[in-house]
Amino acid sequence: MENLIRLPKTGSPETIRNMGPLARREFRNGLLFISPWIIGFLVFTLFPMLATLVFSFMNLRLTDNPLDPSKFVGLHNYAALLKDAQVWNIRPDSTPGSLWVTIRYGLIAIPVGILLPMGIALLVNNPALKGQNFFRSMFYMPYIVPFVASIFLWAGVLNPEFGWVNMTLLALGVPRSDLPGWINDINWVYPAYVLLGIWGIGNAMLTMLAGMQAVPTDLYDAAKVDGAGSFARFAYVTFPMISPVVFYNLILSVVALFQYFLVPLALNTGNAAGFPGGATMFYNLYLYRTFFVFQNMSYGSTLAWALFIIILIVTVALFATARYWVYYAGERQ
Amino acid sequence: MTTHSILQKPAISRAGGNRRWNRFKKIAWPASVTAFATVLLGLFLMPFLYMVFTSLKTQTQVATPGAPIWPAKYPTYVYTGENKNTYTLQVNKSGFPVNQVINMSDYAGKPLELYRVPLPNGTTKKLALIQGYQKSSIFIDPAKPAGDPIVWTGYYESLPRPWVLAPQWSNYVEMWNDVNYPRVLWNTFFYAFMTTIGVLVSCIPVAYGFSRFRFPGRDVLFVVLLSVIFLPSTVTIIPTFTFFTKIGWVGSWLPLIVPSFFANAYDTFLLRQYFMTLPRELDEAAMIDGANPLQVLWSVIIPQSYPVIVAVTVFHVVWAWNDYFNPLIYLSSRMDLQPISVALARFNGLFGSRPELIQAGSLLTLLFPLILFVLAQRFFVQGIVITGVEK
Repeated sequence: MENLIRLPKTGSPETIRNMGPLARREFRNGLLFISPWIIGFLVFTLFPMLATLVFSFMNLRLTDNPLDPSKFVGLHNYAALLKDAQVWNIRPDSTPGSLWVTIRYGLIAIPVGILLPMGIALLVNNPALKGQNFFRSMFYMPYIVPFVASIFLWAGVLNPEFGWVNMTLLALGVPRSDLPGWINDINWVYPAYVLLGIWGIGNAMLTMLAGMQAVPTDLYDAAKVDGAGSFARFAYVTFPMISPVVFYNLILSVVALFQYFLVPLALNTGNAAGFPGGATMFYNLYLYRTFFVFQNMSYGSTLAWALFIIILIVTVALFATARYWVYYAGERQ
Repeated sequence: MTTHSILQKPAISRAGGNRRWNRFKKIAWPASVTAFATVLLGLFLMPFLYMVFTSLKTQTQVATPGAPIWPAKYPTYVYTGENKNTYTLQVNKSGFPVNQVINMSDYAGKPLELYRVPLPNGTTKKLALIQGYQKSSIFIDPAKPAGDPIVWTGYYESLPRPWVLAPQWSNYVEMWNDVNYPRVLWNTFFYAFMTTIGVLVSCIPVAYGFSRFRFPGRDVLFVVLLSVIFLPSTVTIIPTFTFFTKIGWVGSWLPLIVPSFFANAYDTFLLRQYFMTLPRELDEAAMIDGANPLQVLWSVIIPQSYPVIVAVTVFHVVWAWNDYFNPLIYLSSRMDLQPISVALARFNGLFGSRPELIQAGSLLTLLFPLILFVLAQRFFVQGIVITGVEK
């Protein structure tokens, strides 16, 4: 975390005991100002996190009293989780497990979610582009469209019968029987979902653009003198310099991937959950339904902690790779 | 090495090529980059056009294969009744020819359907149908209303029909009434307004506390605050929802509004990053003049932080407008309190077969954030750059 967001170095830590009256007053005032966050953190973050952990060792439904000690069942829920085909199943001939669904979607969504904003940031940072500011704000603009509206727009464009994408494919000579069914088609649903979410790239695009603009121009001049072409300048100057921003966006995308479920939830209000064929039963959707539909508080909590641990492992693994490809200018001098 | 090869160049013969290359670099390269960006942007924003076009179509047009992509309807022709003659025409109704009496004055003042009819001379003409049967049909020519009726052999429903531009504005009226838009809009505004107040009155003091006071444990707490940005909210939602259920808040605004008064990590971070860039000299001068920390915040920090406060406000309003999950779980039993995103998704579940209404509803949903973006563009960009560069 310290690597990711560099903190300003402040004076040496003091203990409360050896403070002077001025420092003591500063301590009191500082705590007073940050107290809304401290209370909120305790009440809405730390306490619920621990409660989730406690619930996962119990057998509770929403209507039960969570303080009832007779409801403790030890590791029962975790044993059930390890055997749960709705989480783990990867056999291709049956309904895929929700974790496998999430990972399969992520294998398409994460590369697109990093490379597309990077490509567009490079494009709108290109000095040859006329009207840079116009393009920057227009590529960002769809980001502010509420996601419920944006998925209905893209689902409309991808409508198998009336959508413009399939009408274009038809006009290009694709036979009607070969047209993709997009969100209704088990083979096309992930690319379709990536398109439904494509208007969310604005934030990543602007952070990468800001990173590119912060690259000192003398680095490019030096690279040019050394005979570097435009690809070499990207690979040896631009990319290393923006790698912290890329890394930050990668972590955010991974955390978002494992929590992904609002799109199928909002899109399939009229269909069976996981439509088509369980392909959109993402891990978090399974969790949501376990709690909100089947009111199984304890198994939902178990799924939630398992999710937290999975995200933690993936994040730690990414941090371990960071030293090979993320470059912090302030660090090794 | 590089210098050497430049010196070796046959200077004269390359000069023309270089000049051409330079001219290309000056004109053609920017033009092609800009053209590429324009095409890409067009594809990227194309769903907006789809939305506008579809939202103005009739239900018939949406269901008709081969209909134009722009909003259109079948035109009709109102016969003005110049021809008052009665004709006896031989027509083939369903297999064998019969005589049919046509009194032209019967059709005066009636709207007639138009078809593109192929004529024996090889041309196609736009004709108005007066009587259609399975094997032949009777038309009149709108260009010559006083002329004789024309008998055409064939089934009229197999003929292509012309389309004219006709935006169906009533879709918006229908959507406005069906989702009870004024109510839903009020709910959304109320949610956005109340939580924005919560964010501003809690995040500003917290950001001030983190940026202007030195005390033990502060940096550790700040790292904790930052890690909350990355914390999956899934791990807190079950006890939070259970707690709000037990105290009877589910089905009201309270679980949506009250937590916003406890400083969320993202907006606090944004404000704190900005406050760190403000010079301390002004604070110190105010303090020497006897101002207490609250007065410093109010009269020194806040007046200098207008851009970031606007940025936080617009971000938060857009966030609240977009929020689907929290209103869904806390207001699922109270349709009268639901904001627009929940109402739109519910409507889609009910009327999935009416794309023209869904698109009209989507437009009504995104209109306000879009206007806000147009008015406050630079604050959006600025806000992101504050968080982005400091990573």
